Amino acid sequence: MTPPWSRRLQAGLTLLACEVVAVVAAPFLLPDPNQIQDPRGASLLPPLSRVWIVSLADGTSWAGSEVRRQEGKLFVYRGRSWEGAEETAVVSVQPQWYLLGSDTLGRDVASRLVAAGRISLAVGLLALGLAVTWGTGVGLAAGLGPPWLDRLLMALVDAALAVPVLFVLLAASAFLRPSLATVVFMLALFSWMGVARLVRGQALVAREQPWFLAARGLGLPPLTVATVHLLPHTLTPLTADAALRLADLILLEAALSFLGFGVPPPVPSWGNMAAEGFEVWRLAWWLPLLPGLAITVTVLAFALIADGLGEMARGDAGPRG
Amino acid sequence: MKAHLFRRFLASALVIWLVATATFFLISMAPGDLASKLADPRIAPSARERLREQFGLQDPWWERYLRWLSRAATGDFGYSLLFRRPVGAVLGEALPNTALLAGVGLALELVMGLAIGLIQAYRPHSGFDRLLSALTLTAYALPTFAVASGLLVLFAYTFPLFPPSHMASPEAAHLPYWARVGDTLRHLVLPALTIAITGCGAVARYLRGSLLDEQRRGYVLFALARGCSTRRALVVHALPNALLPLLTVIGLSLPFLVSGSLVIEVIFSWPGMGQVFYSAVTARDVPLIQACTVVITAAVVAGNWLADLAYNVADPRVRV
Repeated sequence: MTPPWSRRLQAGLTLLACEVVAVVAAPFLLPDPNQIQDPRGASLLPPLSRVWIVSLADGTSWAGSEVRRQEGKLFVYRGRSWEGAEETAVVSVQPQWYLLGSDTLGRDVASRLVAAGRISLAVGLLALGLAVTWGTGVGLAAGLGPPWLDRLLMALVDAALAVPVLFVLLAASAFLRPSLATVVFMLALFSWMGVARLVRGQALVAREQPWFLAARGLGLPPLTVATVHLLPHTLTPLTADAALRLADLILLEAALSFLGFGVPPPVPSWGNMAAEGFEVWRLAWWLPLLPGLAITVTVLAFALIADGLGEMARGDAGPRG
Repeated sequence: MKAHLFRRFLASALVIWLVATATFFLISMAPGDLASKLADPRIAPSARERLREQFGLQDPWWERYLRWLSRAATGDFGYSLLFRRPVGAVLGEALPNTALLAGVGLALELVMGLAIGLIQAYRPHSGFDRLLSALTLTAYALPTFAVASGLLVLFAYTFPLFPPSHMASPEAAHLPYWARVGDTLRHLVLPALTIAITGCGAVARYLRGSLLDEQRRGYVLFALARGCSTRRALVVHALPNALLPLLTVIGLSLPFLVSGSLVIEVIFSWPGMGQVFYSAVTARDVPLIQACTVVITAAVVAGNWLADLAYNVADPRVRV
């Protein structure tokens, strides 16, 4: 009998689903996240503001909160003052809504947040994929291999667990070219240990089980037994662990990007958006707040999923599920 | 037990050596050497050669590695290009500051975590327990920099209750001793609170779980059957046993504590290892980066070892 769905798992999955929908749907609904608008009229706008984008014949464009036609000229309220352009030079006048405000360069915060979410999630997932693959390999080798290999690999795990990751990542990124691939690879380098421990534990239990002995006794090659017979058993605890690991990875990537050594601007990430926003918090409180909120919600979603999976695996989802 | 601790000690030494070696080679592989960073590009090539010779940069890599390692082992990490002082002196000033921040932060985190965990385990599955569970999970999910900048904006700028940065006021040198201590404490509040807020969630969640496990055990049931109050059974009987595994958790959380304090020190301009390391990385000050990485790893590993030792002292069953 399957245990009842844990409330926490439901809450976590719901949050995650909302986020995935936003990340997938936003490119069709929101403006281009890299579109820089006239900083004089469109920078640091609060959430839910509207500007008029006036495109001129010479290729430039103005942004202003108000537009007025007078004496054959188009006047635009650009930041602090009115400015006029000949009607003949105006190509188009279009409204643009800033759902969650704009940043210093007049970019749309909402679409940047979503684009950053795509990057943060992608970086987290890729690093997690690498870490799980490598960690599973190490765990299987340690759990099923000879004792000396087990001790060696577990010493390696203990060593990697004791490393203050942010320091090493920062030291490394000072000397490597900052790019998405570097960030992914380095994050993965320090997040496989938990997986290795978990898989090793499962393997140690499994190698005493009748089904394992039977499979080995039938003459199946060790690799087949390990992957086809053993791995499915590790799936439930591994999923819970992976969710928590992903939460940690997103936090780590955010910290790294906040310090300026993670995802390199102008590629948006929640960490570098928060850092950029924090510099102007007196003028625009929403700039540092919103990316921080986005990280918190995402990490919370994964932590809830991990919690819920753990509860379900133990069978104690509380008195009311 | 001694053999076990000795093995752990050897393993710790191995970790420190591994990290030291990895940093050394990672940095050596990077393009551009010390002389090109230190010297003005306009100086004569002969002068640059002399500089390279002075720093021993023309030697083969293994010679440089062995020389650096043997000097580092004796605490001589060379000369900081950024601060124009010996690295040892820079770190000697920064390390106590980080230890102060991390120590007070960890203590505060433990107090908050223990209090929350105990309150939760007193009435498990009640509405209040659920509320606290939600709060601790959120505290876990908050990024350190968000908590730090939030506290900074709220309690240093909007309501100026605490100083926003550094660890002493400019006039602190002229104050009497106790006033200076008070001044440092006032500077410590916000950074230490950041550590406590981001870390207390994990402590509380862990303690709640292990308290609930202990409460199902026979000895707690027996205490209750004897007529012991729920509170007494929880605090006097269950808590000491639930605290034990927490020691391991604290030991394992040390790397995160140190990583977190890096962000906190940068945001609050706290003159500790994190701040020094951050400026070293930004300025690509190679000797300082190498030294910081090694020293911080050594500190974390030593902390881990101490946690292990404490566990051995506290739990007689481990002492074989």
